[in-house]
Amino acid sequence: MDLSYSAEYEKFRGEVKAFLAGSWPLRGDEAKLPGEKRAALFRERAIAAGFLARSIPKRYGGSEQAADVLKAQIIRDEFARARAPGEMAGIGPSMLVPTLLEKGSEWQKERFIAPTIRGEIVWCQGYSEPGSGSDLASLQTKAELRGDEWVINGQKIWTSGAHRADYMFCLCRTEPAAQKHGGISYLLLSMKQPGIEVRPLRQMTGAADFNEVFFTDARTPKDWIVGKRGEGWLVSRTTLKHERNMIGDAANALATFQSLVSLAQRTTRAGKPAIQDPAIRQRLVQLEGYVRSHQYSGYRQLTKAAKSQDPGRVQLMNKLTSTNIGNEIAKLALDLLGDDGLYEPGERTLGAGPRSNAQWVGQFMWSLGSAVAGGTANIQRNVIGERGLGLPRDAAASAKG
Amino acid sequence: MNFDLSEEQELLQETVRQFAANECPPTRVRAIFDGDAGHEPELWKGLVELGLGAIAVPDEFGGAGLELLDQALVAEALGGAALPGPFLAHSLAGLAILWAGSDLQKKTWLPRLAAGERLGTVAFDDGGERWQPSDWSLPAGPTLSGVKSAVPFAEHADLFVVGTAGGGLALVERGARGAVTRDLHGVDRTRRLGELALENTPCESLPNGVAASARVRDAGLVLLAADAFGGAQHLLEASVEYAKTRQQFGVTIGSFQGLKHQLANLAVEIEPARGLYWYAAHAFDHVPEESERSAALAKAHLTQVYMQTARDAVEAHGGIGFTWECDVQIYFKRAMFDRAFLGTPAVHRERAAALAGW
Repeated sequence: MDLSYSAEYEKFRGEVKAFLAGSWPLRGDEAKLPGEKRAALFRERAIAAGFLARSIPKRYGGSEQAADVLKAQIIRDEFARARAPGEMAGIGPSMLVPTLLEKGSEWQKERFIAPTIRGEIVWCQGYSEPGSGSDLASLQTKAELRGDEWVINGQKIWTSGAHRADYMFCLCRTEPAAQKHGGISYLLLSMKQPGIEVRPLRQMTGAADFNEVFFTDARTPKDWIVGKRGEGWLVSRTTLKHERNMIGDAANALATFQSLVSLAQRTTRAGKPAIQDPAIRQRLVQLEGYVRSHQYSGYRQLTKAAKSQDPGRVQLMNKLTSTNIGNEIAKLALDLLGDDGLYEPGERTLGAGPRSNAQWVGQFMWSLGSAVAGGTANIQRNVIGERGLGLPRDAAASAKG
Repeated sequence: MNFDLSEEQELLQETVRQFAANECPPTRVRAIFDGDAGHEPELWKGLVELGLGAIAVPDEFGGAGLELLDQALVAEALGGAALPGPFLAHSLAGLAILWAGSDLQKKTWLPRLAAGERLGTVAFDDGGERWQPSDWSLPAGPTLSGVKSAVPFAEHADLFVVGTAGGGLALVERGARGAVTRDLHGVDRTRRLGELALENTPCESLPNGVAASARVRDAGLVLLAADAFGGAQHLLEASVEYAKTRQQFGVTIGSFQGLKHQLANLAVEIEPARGLYWYAAHAFDHVPEESERSAALAKAHLTQVYMQTARDAVEAHGGIGFTWECDVQIYFKRAMFDRAFLGTPAVHRERAAALAGW
């Protein structure tokens, strides 16, 4: 067991640091550009230097490096330390791009991947429907092939970022005769067309990050299908695999926990800092046990990945672990806030550093969102129970097939 | 960056698991648990022959010269089998002499402990949760008078490492004048507890006791955390196995979401927490500034997880889970031992908070 990196990796870390020292923050006139432009310019250079979009072939705009999880970790660590923009976040780079690489046609890869990883085009994901949340096999939105176009009718819901997106990747029923999973196809479509109406859904936090999307004879070209007709279910499972991989970062849990400790240090109880209250101390250390477990579990999974070994069922648990930690941190924060918890939430910020009490109220509400987004916590428990522990499928679900 | 076991460590753990499976299957655990002796010298001898009598004691004193992580991996494997015996207390006695003893004391005692010629134990508890070196009140001196509680295998040990006022350590031999032991009917019958009463009993002080006693305690915390992890894992597997085979309403009960979710929740408590004791053991030998706090955190967290697992395992087994006949109770009581021995989770959480400067 050795938590340091070998000389070869330390040398690589040196290269990353040297690149960052010369490239971020931008200097001169470039420093005056708007934030997004600065980030895009930096990313372009980081890709050229071989530090970002590493797994993506050069012909699709990436840097085409051999997979190396330790180098990837070093890059994440050093970029975060320098507060430099990392890989493009969001649903397009993290879910669509890996799916296209695995299942897309050549022209789709050439057309969509490079601008997506540079952040020039933004995607949203059209999976959930009012009647189909976790049970995607029951989805109803139809796509009918008329000549050279798919004509789409129906409705999606919980579509994060639909109001900002240029395109959507979505699941539609294309073979009405086929049952369940068999009749679904994976389509790409433009959001900028008359057949699409986006209506924001206001969340309990007051903000509106997700939407309902209505399709009334919306259109997309015949060859904007990923994979074959009726195989959209399989294609989407490729994407879900990547979604699971992107969730559950322990560094985030640790940073939020550290913010909680500072909240306990600056709020008071009976005239003394709350952190001196024995009950608060117990809860803080109890929580730290979970946060550290998650952190070391991440180290172990990273080590296993570096050795191309299977970390086992713990991988299935990362998301639920993060959710649980987030919920518990938020609960303790609300107890610390006292009557400041009576007021409407402020904008959520992630990461370390002091956050306002209004932000903590937002964090409390958002912690519920993470128990629902990307498969509810109970669906995660089913996955852990069935795939991780080998328990039989739920009797009712098995009866349905 | 390598947060994983080495091949040698995996082999060591596998060897102990195999030993437990071959030499101490559940039927033998049960027989010892139900018996009155509480200790089987033959079983202990087998562990000593594997080199586990003084695994972290250097070669020159007859030990294997390994680190606390190796010792903790053994503790995990023994915990997984609920293997009865004095591994924990004997190991701590050896470490105490190694870190606090004079050269002569080391040469005299360590090879004997390593070879299993003598059984060592620790007498730390002053009663009333006074486990920590700073809590000890037994007056130090050329002779000792007072009572130590919760001494593992007090009825069997040949050598007692006794905690004295100010955090000191002293050696008392079985048969010394005025030293009397009696069984206390500890709830965990795989690790018997007794009382050691001393009256003007001659002892040998360990010269570096005050400096070393907290470190011995910390090693104990890590070993208890490892035992708890092994036990919790076993109970999860046993509960899952039961849920896969037991039928009710014409289906296996593991298909019911109520139980499936309870078991999934347990798995989420247990699986990610392995690194907590790994890290604490690693820090013990390699990251001194984090060693004390990580040990407290690991012990508090993992023994709580074990206790919760044991409670849920009883529930998962239904009525049979509450019977003496069901092996779940053996682990349940081991969880009670791990949780309370050397101080409850609350005690160590408060220490961890203080050590963080909160």
